[in-house]
Amino acid sequence: MDLSRIRNFSIIAHIDHGKSTLSDRILELTKAVDAREMRAQYLDSMDLERERGITIKAQNVRVDWKGSVLHLIDTPGHVDFGYEVSRSLAACEGVVLVVDAAQGIEAQTLANCYLALENDLEIVAALNKIDLPAANPDYYADEIERVLGIPADQILRISAKTGEGVPDLLDAIIERIPAPKGDAGQPLQALIFDSQFDQYRGVVSSVRVMNGVLDSRSKLFLMQAGATHEAIEIGVRRPVNTPVDSLGPGEVGYLIAGIKDVSEARSGETVTKANRQAAEPLPGYRDPKPMVFCGLYPIDGDDFENLRDSLQKLKLNDASITYEPESSGALGFGFRCGFLGLLHMEIVKERLEREFNLALIATAPSVEYRVHKTNGEVQFVDTPMSLPSAQQIDFIEEPYFKVGIVTPKDYTGTLMELCQSRRGELQKIEYLSPERVELIYSIPLAEVVVDFFDQMKSRSQGYASLDYELEGYRESNLVRVDLLLNGQAADAFSTIVHRDRAFDYGRRMCEKLKELIPRQMFDIPIQAAIGGKVLARETVKAKRKDVLAKCYGGDITRKRKLLEKQKEGKKKMKSIGRVEVPGDVFISALKLDD
Amino acid sequence: MKTPPPAGFGVYIHVPFCARKCDYCAFATWDDKAGQIDAYMTALVAEVRRATDAGMPLAETVFVGGGTPSLVPGDALARVITAVRRSPDAEVTVECNPDNVTESLLRTYRDAGVNRISLGVQSMVPRVLAALGRQHNPDNVVAAVDAIRGVGIPTFNLDLIYGAHGETPHDWQTTLHRALALSPPHVSAYALTVEAGTPLAADDARHPDDDDQADKYPMADAAFEDAGLANYEISNWAVPGHESRHNRLYWTQADYRGFGCAAHSHAAGRRWWNVRTPERYVDLVNTGRSTQAAFEELTTQQIAAERLQLTIRCRQGAALADIAPDKHNEIDEMAAGGLLAVVDDRVVLTPRGRLLANAVTLRLT
Repeated sequence: MDLSRIRNFSIIAHIDHGKSTLSDRILELTKAVDAREMRAQYLDSMDLERERGITIKAQNVRVDWKGSVLHLIDTPGHVDFGYEVSRSLAACEGVVLVVDAAQGIEAQTLANCYLALENDLEIVAALNKIDLPAANPDYYADEIERVLGIPADQILRISAKTGEGVPDLLDAIIERIPAPKGDAGQPLQALIFDSQFDQYRGVVSSVRVMNGVLDSRSKLFLMQAGATHEAIEIGVRRPVNTPVDSLGPGEVGYLIAGIKDVSEARSGETVTKANRQAAEPLPGYRDPKPMVFCGLYPIDGDDFENLRDSLQKLKLNDASITYEPESSGALGFGFRCGFLGLLHMEIVKERLEREFNLALIATAPSVEYRVHKTNGEVQFVDTPMSLPSAQQIDFIEEPYFKVGIVTPKDYTGTLMELCQSRRGELQKIEYLSPERVELIYSIPLAEVVVDFFDQMKSRSQGYASLDYELEGYRESNLVRVDLLLNGQAADAFSTIVHRDRAFDYGRRMCEKLKELIPRQMFDIPIQAAIGGKVLARETVKAKRKDVLAKCYGGDITRKRKLLEKQKEGKKKMKSIGRVEVPGDVFISALKLDD
Repeated sequence: MKTPPPAGFGVYIHVPFCARKCDYCAFATWDDKAGQIDAYMTALVAEVRRATDAGMPLAETVFVGGGTPSLVPGDALARVITAVRRSPDAEVTVECNPDNVTESLLRTYRDAGVNRISLGVQSMVPRVLAALGRQHNPDNVVAAVDAIRGVGIPTFNLDLIYGAHGETPHDWQTTLHRALALSPPHVSAYALTVEAGTPLAADDARHPDDDDQADKYPMADAAFEDAGLANYEISNWAVPGHESRHNRLYWTQADYRGFGCAAHSHAAGRRWWNVRTPERYVDLVNTGRSTQAAFEELTTQQIAAERLQLTIRCRQGAALADIAPDKHNEIDEMAAGGLLAVVDDRVVLTPRGRLLANAVTLRLT
């Protein structure tokens, strides 16, 4: 294909700023999808994505516009998936920046734009939702000019909802975004920027050809995985998968090569030909690195093998999950699982429960600590249970994040207070406009993973937005806080916290657990302790009344059904000693924070 | 597991009319359908006759409940009661509102064979009655009891409710004291329960408190036992010999037949219930069609589960044989915790255990 006719771009937008609606409108305008068969938000195909209004797995689609071929490469819309975003951007020559004309640019959008600029991508900016009464496109166009240096008069005004201005946007994409470069005569270099597992076809990867030609039936070599596979089918998404004979430089499509596991075809992987290999893989590949860890235990111990199978199946589609068996005195057998972030963790737990019909209990999330022992060894600890005893520890380092928050200036005070209370160190305050501020903090990851995001949202009435990236490890004064239920240590519920915050943490957890653990047939003391020294104590008072007052003719059926329901409810509880604990107690405890 | 022999046969008759609907009540009752009383009572007689013709057994007990049976004309109710063929020593109960009870009404009942009255007292404290949405004057209760005795109806029950919003422990003590001053042979005391769809359900601020009710239950139990009324089911106390035979049918899984709208019936593991509104009921009876709204066929497992759920509420308790052997460690543990005792191969709840009957049952199934 003539490279000059190709344009490859992603849409960068904050959640709710209209990326999915714009994608739908583009599909409609270019007649890729019949308006009748238009499902709302065609590209977000997973139910969970639709419910949460975010894109988790990247998609791509090829459309035709006025003689040109456009590849729209969708990107994940959440901060946990930053690396995936960077790989999607690597497949593009430009991005369309979509900003809500009533709200302005948000932190994560800003971070992704910087990423685009660093990669020399052309930015076509558009203010969306101009049909809204609250829209103030002139004001926010000035803001974008100030922050990103895009001249205000070049910023398009669109309504993805009504379609107004979208044809102009497509024209601008062709005018401003450069055509890809590449040499069909060179050895093949194709970038995988997403892989999904299909139970019938194996792994289906999204690819962008950089150099050379990818043709079906050729023997391929995956340079990072070091594996050889045969191209069974290659094609383009229109958005329906349409097989083609070959994909040349600059083209985007899909590849099916009989791969059984997405970890062999990770984002960032370089595909070349087995018999004529490229000299170098494409730059930028990184192993996905889990940041947040928690134990997942089946509530019914018999489900352990089911949980293993389910994790295995999920991993086929999500190479970033890690898991290994773990056992706990309190919870029995389960898995220590690693996730990209807290949202990722919640999504995985929810998918396991929904798609695999498992009832699970999650422990408090943890990060990975570097424990320097007195004998000179360095041990990585991602589960508080395996923290060595105090005598063996020389010092502990914990991961720090560089956190960027963009907020209307009125909330600066309360957000700085929040960051300070989470042991944050202010690095920079920058005024993006007279009204909006970007705060840059260094904050221990452990303080971010709990409820930081929810807190930030509630303190800023939803206006502040967040971006973060790993900054490095720093030494901290950390201790392990243990929780005791009914006098017995619930080992899986231990948490590593800063010594100065241990008392507060212990008190708060006791209070929360008191609210979340239902009253049972006897008093349940809940204690928080460090090395046997009790910091805080609460009691879940024994339940005193659980009986139906009347039990006559019509009541008997009702009573039986009530008891059946109570029995079902009990299945969502984990017995720890004699105590029944709800499966989401820790996720809830950490969320409910004042 | 052995199924106990059927313990007789009972008839329930539902009267869905009230002068005013109480705001905690979720029964099929209406305060705006008095115009249908005549047609409804006629339909009841017709349905009873039809069942009798179809071979309905002799009734050991008859219970007329509601609603407010005492609201409808005494002779109309008498015709329904006399239509039921019953054994000579049958127990025949009518629920009455103390406000409606007169000696002449009770004489009509008595002459139709009624030998037991159940009075809806609820509370003897006017403020608490108001909180329950009831209007009667506690003095009417005294007058009603005098009238029952005056016409020679041999036994009666007082229904009490505890845990209304604003009812102090002292108020409850007052109700207990004044109720017992009437020397009732039988008392039912019910924890006020929030039923979905009632005005009370919509008003969180007035919901009863479990701990408050858990305090009031032993107060009642002690007062009744002191007065010679023995607890024989979680919410029921009686002077020996005055236990309700009709209620016992429900708790022993005996067969019973319900007449009237929303009434439930049971025969050998099959349970069914009638359409909910009086209009539809009357229409179905008059056109010769079945009044059944729905039914359930109980599995052997469900029958066994119900047996445990019901028997454990009663003084004799549940047979150990009805509890799976792998739950016997639970029995030991709950016995040690003071919730139950094992007496002659039966598991009997302690007063504290009665208040946790659901939780106990759950651990035993």
